[in-house]
Amino acid sequence: MPTSPSEYVGNIRDTVKSFWHGMSITLSQVLRRPITVQYPDRTSVPVQDLLPARYRGFLEVDAAICTGCQACERACPISCIQILLEKDAANPKQRVVSQFDIDEAKCMFCGLCVEPCPTGAIQHTREFEATQRSIRNLVFRWADPLHPFPVYKVQKDAPYFPRAPLGSLVREILSRRSWDANGPAYLPPEPLKPPPPPAPKPAAAAKPPAPAGAKPAAAATPAPKPAAAAAPPSADKPADPPPSPGSGEPKP
Amino acid sequence: MPSKFSFAFPRPNTRRILFFSSLAAVFVIPVALFGLLVVYLPFIQKDVFFTFVRETLHRDPDSWAGTQWLYGAALLVAGLLLFTFASVSGGIFSWYERRVAGRIQSRIGPNRVGAGGFFQWVADAVKLLFKEDLVPAEADSLLFRAAPYFVVAGMTLTLVALPFGQSVIVADLNVGIFYILAVTSLIVVGILLSGWSSNSKWALFGGMRSAAQVISYEVPSGLAIMTPVLMAGTLSMQGIIRAQGGWPWQWFISRNPAAFVAFFILFISQLAEANRTPFDLPEAESELVAGYMSEYSGFRFALYFLVEWANLWIISAIAVSLFLGGWQVPGLEDQDWAALRGAGSFPPVAWWFWQLLSVGVFAAKTMVLVTVVIWIRWTLPRIRVDQMMNLCWKYLVPAGFGAMLFTLLWQIAVSKARIVQDISGGVLFVLFVYAVFRFFVLTRKNISRVVGDRVDLTNW
Repeated sequence: MPTSPSEYVGNIRDTVKSFWHGMSITLSQVLRRPITVQYPDRTSVPVQDLLPARYRGFLEVDAAICTGCQACERACPISCIQILLEKDAANPKQRVVSQFDIDEAKCMFCGLCVEPCPTGAIQHTREFEATQRSIRNLVFRWADPLHPFPVYKVQKDAPYFPRAPLGSLVREILSRRSWDANGPAYLPPEPLKPPPPPAPKPAAAAKPPAPAGAKPAAAATPAPKPAAAAAPPSADKPADPPPSPGSGEPKP
Repeated sequence: MPSKFSFAFPRPNTRRILFFSSLAAVFVIPVALFGLLVVYLPFIQKDVFFTFVRETLHRDPDSWAGTQWLYGAALLVAGLLLFTFASVSGGIFSWYERRVAGRIQSRIGPNRVGAGGFFQWVADAVKLLFKEDLVPAEADSLLFRAAPYFVVAGMTLTLVALPFGQSVIVADLNVGIFYILAVTSLIVVGILLSGWSSNSKWALFGGMRSAAQVISYEVPSGLAIMTPVLMAGTLSMQGIIRAQGGWPWQWFISRNPAAFVAFFILFISQLAEANRTPFDLPEAESELVAGYMSEYSGFRFALYFLVEWANLWIISAIAVSLFLGGWQVPGLEDQDWAALRGAGSFPPVAWWFWQLLSVGVFAAKTMVLVTVVIWIRWTLPRIRVDQMMNLCWKYLVPAGFGAMLFTLLWQIAVSKARIVQDISGGVLFVLFVYAVFRFFVLTRKNISRVVGDRVDLTNW
């Protein structure tokens, strides 16, 4: 509210000056480069190369140097790794890994599984883009139940472990999997029954075993988990779908 | 052997098609629109049109009753043409504004639909057309539906008397600028109607604010318009432009120091009348959802936005006509235009090209002002209601009166010695060039003041 002529004129001068400076500032913004990074398709370098050095993305397992020690499975605080070891039918002395599933949808990328691995077979990669319509497709299956891989024997004098280039295996799986692929079909969960009072053991064995993804079935009954995990793969067969597009052979 | 001779078409590359078609559209749309205006508007001038009827159709306009209907149909086509011009330019300005705004805010803005995102306005319009046209249950249905058309009518009717080029105007009314001021008020009617009929407190507040604002600011804008009217001695838009010259020191803005002030008064009041930031109180997002158009959706909502952006052209074109020399091509005087026109009943071909040039000059000046309007919007914050009223009644209205009185005296001085207006033109032009130079120096400083920053126009 101007009370004197000098204030009145001063107001006008202030207006002109603020226009002058303000419009110069906005024009200088027009002439500068926008800071927007046009992820994902118009970046100057791949986004993976823009990530920090110790970025923890999807886990990757190199089956060629996995010793099958299950240290990662024990280290995982949320049990998103599921490993199944068997004896090879042809050679009973050779142990094979018939299931090595990592549920990346559950994984919290803490890195605790990477620490105890004796050979560095399990590692975090820099991959992070794997949108899937079905969340079950985020279970990365590093072992094929039909063709289990033999565990790696650590040589005493080996200077290093021959690991595949980090990220190459994950990228291969991701490239094979389309984002809108159907998830693997599991058996529907059993209807809730009143818990059998005395002996849960035979009941659990008779149940169709619940694979890693079928949580509701596992949660519905009191303690079928170890039984389901220990179920022989032959019983697993009818329940298991043909391996989902990405879960096939980890080895080329 | 079908396999040997089978021919597979190359798979269409959608992205590339979109890119090149939008590049083509950037050039074709303005050229086509202005070209149509240049060809059509001089043609429907009564003398040219009836010459055409007499010499090409071999009818006597005086005896044949159908000629009047033919002329009416020709005018209807002109109306459609102008409305197309308004809507397409409004659409393009919406994209342009978003790109400029993005750049000012260190963003990019829409850049995915076509080259530079040029087809964004088409995509938005199509989306809005497909949306449901909702009428609130408690609203006054009839008025609610009618309100957008008042707004559109207020915007479109101004185009009747708005010049585009030397002879490119629908009707050179002898009360041109007065007519434009009058029909622009229809927009207020529409806004008030929409605010009232929505039966929503936000819409009502927005409508009332808009009415208060637009009616207040018509006073200073009318006073500012008096300055060029007094200098030209006519209300006709073409007359006002013809009284100016092609060179910047012959424009009204520089011929008279008071006109320099009046230009800014008019510009500010037009910002307020068009509800542009910093005067966007009627649709203040942070206070009133969207003001008077809160309850609208779909097609009617699109109409409001169409008017908002088409108004950009109109307010800039009015300011250009009154103060910045309009379509005057530098170096081309009235008698040169008459010589180009020739004595024939139908203008020669070269004349039409000169018309196109004059339209180009006018459009270039108008686009500069449009850019400034957008630029101001993304520079200034919204002002308060009391500041808005203060600015109008305590600053603009007295200054407008002062400018008008000064112009009266100035015209007396000019009638005694014409040299004063040339001196004023030269001095103000030199000052203007100096100010632009200083402004760019300041801008450069603003850019380099940020460490390591420089002029960089990449990342589109």
